[in-house]
Amino acid sequence: MNIVVCAKIVPLASVTIQIDPATKRIIRTGVSQELDPQAAKAVEEALRLADRHGGSVTLVVMGGEDATVGIRSALAMGATAAVHLSDPALAGSDALGTSKALAAAIRKTPFDLVLCATESSDSYTGLVPGQLAQLLGIPPLTFATALTVDGNVVTIKRQSEGGYDTVSAELPALVTVTTGINEPRYPTLKGIMGAKKKEIRKYTAADLGLGPGDVGPAGARERVLTVGRPPARPPGRTIKDEGDGGKQIAEFLAGLKLV
Amino acid sequence: MADLIWVYAEVVDGKISRATLELLSKAAELGTAEAVLLGPAPDDAITTLSQHGASKVYRSDDAIYRDHPTLPAVETIAALIASHRPAVMLFASSYGGRDVAATLSAKLDCGALTDVGDLTLTGSAIEATIPALGGSYQNSATLTGSGTKLVLVRPKAFEMRPRAVPATVEEVAAPRDAALRKIRVVERMTVKREGPQLEDSRVIVSGGRGLKAPERFAMLQELAELLGGAVGATRAAVDAAWVPYALQIGQTGKTVKPDLYLACGISGAIQHLAGMKGSKTIVAINTDADAPIFQVADLGVVGDVFKVVPQLIEELKKRKGA
Repeated sequence: MNIVVCAKIVPLASVTIQIDPATKRIIRTGVSQELDPQAAKAVEEALRLADRHGGSVTLVVMGGEDATVGIRSALAMGATAAVHLSDPALAGSDALGTSKALAAAIRKTPFDLVLCATESSDSYTGLVPGQLAQLLGIPPLTFATALTVDGNVVTIKRQSEGGYDTVSAELPALVTVTTGINEPRYPTLKGIMGAKKKEIRKYTAADLGLGPGDVGPAGARERVLTVGRPPARPPGRTIKDEGDGGKQIAEFLAGLKLV
Repeated sequence: MADLIWVYAEVVDGKISRATLELLSKAAELGTAEAVLLGPAPDDAITTLSQHGASKVYRSDDAIYRDHPTLPAVETIAALIASHRPAVMLFASSYGGRDVAATLSAKLDCGALTDVGDLTLTGSAIEATIPALGGSYQNSATLTGSGTKLVLVRPKAFEMRPRAVPATVEEVAAPRDAALRKIRVVERMTVKREGPQLEDSRVIVSGGRGLKAPERFAMLQELAELLGGAVGATRAAVDAAWVPYALQIGQTGKTVKPDLYLACGISGAIQHLAGMKGSKTIVAINTDADAPIFQVADLGVVGDVFKVVPQLIEELKKRKGA
């Protein structure tokens, strides 16, 4: 089974992400980046499927040159190879532009299953998986908390408002995984060493047959107009518990007639 | 002529979802509100929609929409949009709403705005207010192009306002293409939810990683009962399998706006703040004085949650007894 995992490389979880008011984009230069923890769950799920059923796991990433560190960590986890869409012409793409680029790259490799996180940790529009499935002409199975493949049928437990649904489709298909689905493995030393030898294939927008009408700022349908801060909450009061913290809260709530 | 504003209507737990009615209330404010309701629905569904501002409902009760999610609905809505050209179509940020909007946005090659907190329409130009990065930013964004603008709205963004209008119903034919049946629902499991529901609770007592163990949630349950509220949790607590996903509050969980939010052992990661910052009063208990939760708290107590919460429970019991 050939599995493609779409992943994003995002600023480290410990970094307070900033938006550049001039470009209206997330500041990524000079910021340490990592494989999106949500995408790492998709990588892990792909590796488990490949262990069970055989086959390859190909990582597909769109991002700048500094995405390489994150790509290497997925390869160190065990992914077979990676495809890196890196081109200044791709910067500033909206979700649909990103989906078009990913779809064009995925079409260049044989695949049975595409795995994605439900959304990225930085911009979290959650649009890409559904768009990608539509562009590839395959069914999207979303919000998976568990995933199995039996023959050519993929079945997931899909989160729902009231519980979960068991949903299935024939391959090829796309599945998005929720964060609770697994606990990603840590790369071993052997994995880290081996990752350095693995192939990272690079594509530009032109390689993918994409022009300014499709990707980059000119191709974007979504456009950020202004970047601002929300109105601040009036400042509150912070006290240190001197043995009567619980009582102080009770009094505060009584004062607001909440008890 | 007023702009046509469509709402993708959804049935959750056997009734028209609250989010649908919130969207209709906003749609009626922006222009002429109409709804698209696909799949089996309760008998009073049309009445409920018209009581919240829908002047027309595009309707099919075909089971294909229930048994085969996303693809048939996308096919039907794309055809309806092509013939009626509404200015805007609003979707709730529900599982189903997100799937349909995302797929439709690629089919129509129009993109979509997500996580929208508010929106205005001037001529054919749409401007949406979008809290970004867990609400630490508040941006405005638009969609270019002349077609229908697809908009996914944050939960609780708009108030539900009953506004009874007479509604006409237009039956639509369900698609029969076998390719649209690729996704099959094999089984549905409804987890029984007990006690007050998070979304509707006026008081929420929430726990995070600082609780250190699942059994500690019993303490929060007792406190919530004393306050007549419900228990919530952070993603860390859910990921650690201490509590079910249904309790998760934040970016990837529920968005809540209770009168009182009591955060116990929660540091306040932006993903969590995104789901509860709109609460009227926030009280936080945490050992770390630098925890970001204190920046949004009306009252913050720097202390041991295992000392402060039991004392608060005792104090509330005393006051109740008095």
